[in-house]
Amino acid sequence: MVSDTNPVKLEIQNLTIRYGGQAAISGVNLSIREHEIFGIIGPANAGKTSFLKAINRMDMFDSNMRVEGNILFNGQDVRKLRNIYALRSRIGVVFPLPVGLPMSVYDNVALSARLRGIKERAELDLIVERCLTRAALWDEVKDRLDTLGSLLSGGQQQRLTIARALSQEPELLMLDEFSIAVDPVTTMRIEDVLKELKSEMTIILVTNLVQQARRLADRTAFFLDGGCVEVAQTEALFTQQTRDPRTRDYVEGRFG
Amino acid sequence: MDNHMFAATELNQKNQRTEKLVRLLFILMAGLLILPVLIILFTLVYKGSSILSIDFLFTNPTNGMTEGGIFPALLGTIWLVVVALIVSVPLGIAAAIYLSEYAPDNWGTRLINLAIINLAGVPSIVHALFGLGAFVVFFNFGTSILAASLTLAIMTLPVVIVATRESLQAVPHAFREACWNMGATRWQTIRRVVLPNAVSGILTGVILEVSRSAGETAPIMFTGAVFFSPFLPQGVMDQTMAMSLHLFVVSTQVPNVPENLPYGVALVLIGMVLIMNSISIAFRMHLRGKKKW
Repeated sequence: MVSDTNPVKLEIQNLTIRYGGQAAISGVNLSIREHEIFGIIGPANAGKTSFLKAINRMDMFDSNMRVEGNILFNGQDVRKLRNIYALRSRIGVVFPLPVGLPMSVYDNVALSARLRGIKERAELDLIVERCLTRAALWDEVKDRLDTLGSLLSGGQQQRLTIARALSQEPELLMLDEFSIAVDPVTTMRIEDVLKELKSEMTIILVTNLVQQARRLADRTAFFLDGGCVEVAQTEALFTQQTRDPRTRDYVEGRFG
Repeated sequence: MDNHMFAATELNQKNQRTEKLVRLLFILMAGLLILPVLIILFTLVYKGSSILSIDFLFTNPTNGMTEGGIFPALLGTIWLVVVALIVSVPLGIAAAIYLSEYAPDNWGTRLINLAIINLAGVPSIVHALFGLGAFVVFFNFGTSILAASLTLAIMTLPVVIVATRESLQAVPHAFREACWNMGATRWQTIRRVVLPNAVSGILTGVILEVSRSAGETAPIMFTGAVFFSPFLPQGVMDQTMAMSLHLFVVSTQVPNVPENLPYGVALVLIGMVLIMNSISIAFRMHLRGKKKW
């Protein structure tokens, strides 16, 4: 249980995101505290992914995407930051579709460290082993670190993507339905790792699996049609103490 | 009687006949393409191979260019191509990287793209006159390898740019985003992820450029290539003989040339291009063998 006295890591104020004329998110307010796992659940098209994209300024890659409102990361508005690179390097992201870069497994995981200017082999070796172990991939690839990351299986690539995100030593880790391409056993292993990682970083977990949110998240937000219906302690959300009947219906599987 | 179901109806038979006919037609058309290549190669080898020898390659023409070898022209063409490459490859690749990786989609970018397309459509004789005006006269390089190579470079630039841009675009966008999301700058992403995976395509552009610049005659005849020179070029400010112009000269301008001489020159020219192409193609296949995704 995360105490309410933990400092706020991410403060979202009146966030609205539009693609062309279409609003994907409108008027969302919420705050995420340090060292919590913050779950976001909701049906397709609820605006969950857009929400994540706005946080690390991926709207810059999409000329269609318009963001309004304030996103305060460590109290600083990310939309006024000049050093976007420093922001992104502090935020690890994992999207549903794995991206194994067309370089060796080793280079995939060492990339972030190299971008930061680390060149020493011993240090890189350490980072690669630690991150791959945490992503539950080390045992499968330790003897073939020089195979191309893009040629691993889908599930392995997703764990490679997670390892790469961890190699950034991020303050905030954002996972968007990470388990879609991963088998159940591995998913469980990664979930265990996430619980441990909580002591080092803040985690936002967007998931389609309400039970996954229930297992992992300290607090959970329910998104629907571009709005945040409610945010509550996860257990409360799953034990009928919801304020909004729509949340209850969704959690109990009556729609979505 | 299961077979009955698959018995061919009249309509089936008609469709299958048409299918065969159409297929044959397409094969024929595709096959026709090889014909000119085979005829050219066969003729050149048949009529020109008798003159080929080490001496032919490495001695000067003598007796009013009706005897002797082609060394100054051979060396001149290498000079022209290499200097043109030194100019156009970095320039073209840099421009393509900008257009593919940095340029916003606005009227300025569209204007540049339009310019490239138009540059590719300019006839080579117009390039030649432009080169004469700009490099020989205005920049005062005189008729020199430098002026001729710059003219060739400008003429072949669109090929390099388009081939490079296409091969950069072939690298999936998801790779770039994954890299940017880690805090990499555009250039870090290009250097570590995009360029290494676009090399084989870029090479194609360079191959095409080499073949084209080695064979062009018009752009160099006013800007740097001469009919005959008893001296080998010593630097980029010298004039030079060149294979393509030499071929033109010995085939049409000089009386009493033995028949196998122009064929021999053409054979060497085409051989040079083919050898360069095969080296590059082999290199490309080697790179492509390591399929990345």
